[in-house]
Amino acid sequence: MAASSERSPPPFPESEEQELEPDLEDEDSDEGADIFTGGMLSDVVMDPPLPTSASEPAKDIFSDAPADSFNDPLNKTSAEPEKTESTGLSKAQVVSLVDKAADDEDLFSDPLGESEDVSAEVHKASQNDVVSKADLFGDDDEEDLFKEPLGAVTKKPQVPLFTEEPNDIFTEAKAGSKAPSDLFTEETFTAPSAAAAAKPSVNTGSKTNGLHSDEEDLFAEATVELSLDSPHNDKRKREAAKPSVPASTLSSSASTSKPQPKTLEELEEEENEDKFDLNISVTNPEKVGDGMNAYMAYKVSTQTTLSMFRSKQFVVRRRFSDFLGLYEKLSEKHAQNGYIVPPPPEKSILGMTKVKVGKEDPSSAEFVERRRAALERYLQRVVCHPSLLQDPDVREFLEKEELPRAVGTQALSGAGFLKMINKATDAVSKMTIKMNESDVWFEEKLQEVESEDQQLRKLHAMVDSLVIHRKELSMNTAMFAKSVAMLGSSEDNTALSRALSQLAEVEDRIEQLHQDQASNDFFIFAELLADYIRLLGAVRACFDQRMKAWQRWQDAQNMLQKKRETEAKLLWANKPDKLQQAKDEIVEWEAKVSQYERDFERVSATVRKEVIRYEKEKTRDFKKQIIRYLESLLQSQQQLIKYWEAFLPEAKAIA
Amino acid sequence: MQNSLPELVKCDVFSLFNQMRSVSVDLNNDSSLLIDIPDALCERDKVKFTVHTKTTLNSFQKPEFSVPRQHEDFIWLHDTLVETEEYAGLIIPPAPPKPDFEGPREKMHKLGEGESTMTKEEYAKMKQELEAEYLAVFKKTVQVHEIFLQRLSSHPVFSKDRNFQIFLEYDQDLSVRRKNAKEFFGGFFKNMVKSADEVLISGIKDVDEFFEQEKTFLLDYFSKIKDATAKAEKMTRSHKNVADDYIHISATYSYLLICLHSLCVINAYRHLEKFSELLEKLRKVEGRVASDQELKLTELLRYYMRDIQAAKDLLYRRARALADYENSNKALDKARLKSKDIPQAEENQRQCLQKFDKLSESGKQELTSFKGRRVVAFRKNLIEMAELEIKHAKVRIKSAVCSEHNLFTHN
Repeated sequence: MAASSERSPPPFPESEEQELEPDLEDEDSDEGADIFTGGMLSDVVMDPPLPTSASEPAKDIFSDAPADSFNDPLNKTSAEPEKTESTGLSKAQVVSLVDKAADDEDLFSDPLGESEDVSAEVHKASQNDVVSKADLFGDDDEEDLFKEPLGAVTKKPQVPLFTEEPNDIFTEAKAGSKAPSDLFTEETFTAPSAAAAAKPSVNTGSKTNGLHSDEEDLFAEATVELSLDSPHNDKRKREAAKPSVPASTLSSSASTSKPQPKTLEELEEEENEDKFDLNISVTNPEKVGDGMNAYMAYKVSTQTTLSMFRSKQFVVRRRFSDFLGLYEKLSEKHAQNGYIVPPPPEKSILGMTKVKVGKEDPSSAEFVERRRAALERYLQRVVCHPSLLQDPDVREFLEKEELPRAVGTQALSGAGFLKMINKATDAVSKMTIKMNESDVWFEEKLQEVESEDQQLRKLHAMVDSLVIHRKELSMNTAMFAKSVAMLGSSEDNTALSRALSQLAEVEDRIEQLHQDQASNDFFIFAELLADYIRLLGAVRACFDQRMKAWQRWQDAQNMLQKKRETEAKLLWANKPDKLQQAKDEIVEWEAKVSQYERDFERVSATVRKEVIRYEKEKTRDFKKQIIRYLESLLQSQQQLIKYWEAFLPEAKAIA
Repeated sequence: MQNSLPELVKCDVFSLFNQMRSVSVDLNNDSSLLIDIPDALCERDKVKFTVHTKTTLNSFQKPEFSVPRQHEDFIWLHDTLVETEEYAGLIIPPAPPKPDFEGPREKMHKLGEGESTMTKEEYAKMKQELEAEYLAVFKKTVQVHEIFLQRLSSHPVFSKDRNFQIFLEYDQDLSVRRKNAKEFFGGFFKNMVKSADEVLISGIKDVDEFFEQEKTFLLDYFSKIKDATAKAEKMTRSHKNVADDYIHISATYSYLLICLHSLCVINAYRHLEKFSELLEKLRKVEGRVASDQELKLTELLRYYMRDIQAAKDLLYRRARALADYENSNKALDKARLKSKDIPQAEENQRQCLQKFDKLSESGKQELTSFKGRRVVAFRKNLIEMAELEIKHAKVRIKSAVCSEHNLFTHN
């Protein structure tokens, strides 16, 4: 199994797509239908409706199927047989298939071939070519095996030859799911567990293989991204699936196949697009009101070509608490799903009080500028996030003229107090949860995040001290400049006196350079580090969310276990009146367990995707800032050279 | 560790040492008496200098010889020169300051305490930096001692001083007697009197235009240069702090890289690695800038602060002589009034006048030459400093461009 799952990545990534086409064109005329059925078969086998409700999962077939279908045949083999059994509804054939698959670890093509056989039986009534198709697959080596079904699915809508035959198959399949014929539905019932089992096995597989090679990484990422997109696709498909059956079969199959290759590129594109399509700046900090009720308002200007916005350019005024309010809303909605919601700058009672009270203090001016820049970066981070950008609250924040006053963002309010209590209880429960981590990736990542956090904090303290020292240096330089100027004025040698006052001027300018450098150190590095320390907090929070989801799942499983025991007791005690109730409860908890399990998988996948995204963004951010820093350094050094070069002739003129 | 530092440093001192001879005095190139300190040894608090002399003068027994001398011997030499009546009209080169390794030692101690909070690499770098600092202090110490001797040797009068020649030639330990407590306090008292006198003198208007001018100038200049020295010291110190911060930052960056083993995170920080290299380069430059500033600017100012003090001492001695002369005048008047001991008083008055005149004359000469020397020294050092600053800025630009280039090629 290990070997086969290692081989599994190749079929999936985009790179295969180009190779697929010639293959397809060669074969489509005579074997295309078979290939297609093969593809469809694996779909059907793998992603049938969930046991909970037959209608909803039916859509899942199309949303999940493409994502998993090509991994699943592999992973399915690793899926624990007992899982399949646990559903209790699985067809014997399928169970045996899975068992067999699990047993036949070395011979990859064999289990697959068999699986085709089995599925062929399933579809025998409607499809006669199946056996030959199974043969075809049996003969092929694994790579082709995977390419072809994939190619078939992706290509099919574009190849007119297919249209008729697939239609049939599809309607059959569709009919199967709609008006459950015994074979098919039972078949479909087994599969969710297989699919569900397959998903974790993606993770476990990646654990055993390690996430360390690039290839593996890619693979993991790809699956994660795909399965994550399924909710979106889900919606689309739901809509697409509604029309009349024959038409929908094609369109839905088209829609299942099309988004697949797209999602990958989409993700890549999205990140690039965002930067260009949406430009947000926070400017003009302005004090509104007087006294302690005063607040700062900022101009939030947006420039965009995205169609989701009403116009290309708009400006709104927002106060600081609005930014906090946006964060609250976003984190309420998205944090529990494992998203990293970028945190805004902290409230600073001290700094703000200074601003409120103080008139024209340089330190409060610095505070305002610092906060303005932080808010700007915060918003940019929010809109850079593909999912957060879709959030209506974000749009509202950017577009709507008047925003209802954000409540509960005051640090000293009742809501703030409640928040604190919640945080405390969270922290306690976090400590009590002992998660036995099934996925090394998460374990390592969390460790890394923690040590990164520690190092960044240290670094931040050091950059801070650098800033302080440089400010000191600038101050001392200024004082020295004054002293030298005085010395120059008492010097009786005219040329030397002149040179000394020139030196004083040079030192004065250098003081300015030091000051600029200090603010560069601060705004480029200290603030970047502060941002990332804050973001790391959010990253840890999303790990916590995953842990919570896991805990819920475990709790539900324990509960189910208890219910089963009760049932067994009742059975033993021979109390049939209560037995029915116990059985109902078991069904209910079984549903919950699988629901929570799926939740956990979903959160895990999101977390993984988010962390990867976060890291990409970090790379970009750090690089950008370093380049900025280098440029400022270059500039200031060039200035320095200019100053000294101007001074040199003066020094030489001393006689 | 504190003890191991000097040994560690000792070996590299002299490779670097000769490039660094910079300060501040323009010495005439009279090759009849050449003195240098080619070697020095640091033993605990004492620094033993090897004073090497090369001469064509007959007053020495050999044309070339080396003797071991300690800081106290230099002080003794200086004191005997100050106490010699004949030299009252000369600016006596300021005595070299006592070797002071407290700064780096204390830092070393602190570093030892903070060892646990630092990474190995960081600690090593800090230590390296401290050693460099120690080295610089050491070099500076040797240098000021050398300059003291060189100024004496280049002076037409001092070079023929007996004590000076003994100092140079006597191949045993001079084992000058340390000042005992009484003398020490006596010296302290003398200083008090002197500064009180100085205040008085500065209030008296001098009859001689030149000296009056010179006095106001030196007094003013001294306070200014003292201030400037203090400020320059502060500036260089904060520059060193900045350089030290760079060490911590670059070390933490590299440690960050070590901590994060996962591939994608490493990628995220890969340019940080380049950046940390840059910071490492920058900290070296920054350290250089700080020590160059120290050497070219602070040392210059400090040296001339002391030299001006010596010039002020000359003025003080002249004022004293003037006061003596006036007193002898008064005594003569008194004697004449009483018609008693007139020839004795006349003789005394004549001597005082002679002494004062002689002192004024040589003083005028000395002060004029001092002025020229100061201007030349300032010129030399300011030019050198500007050139070094430009050089360092260019190095910084080069490394920044280099790492920018690296950043772009990496992706």
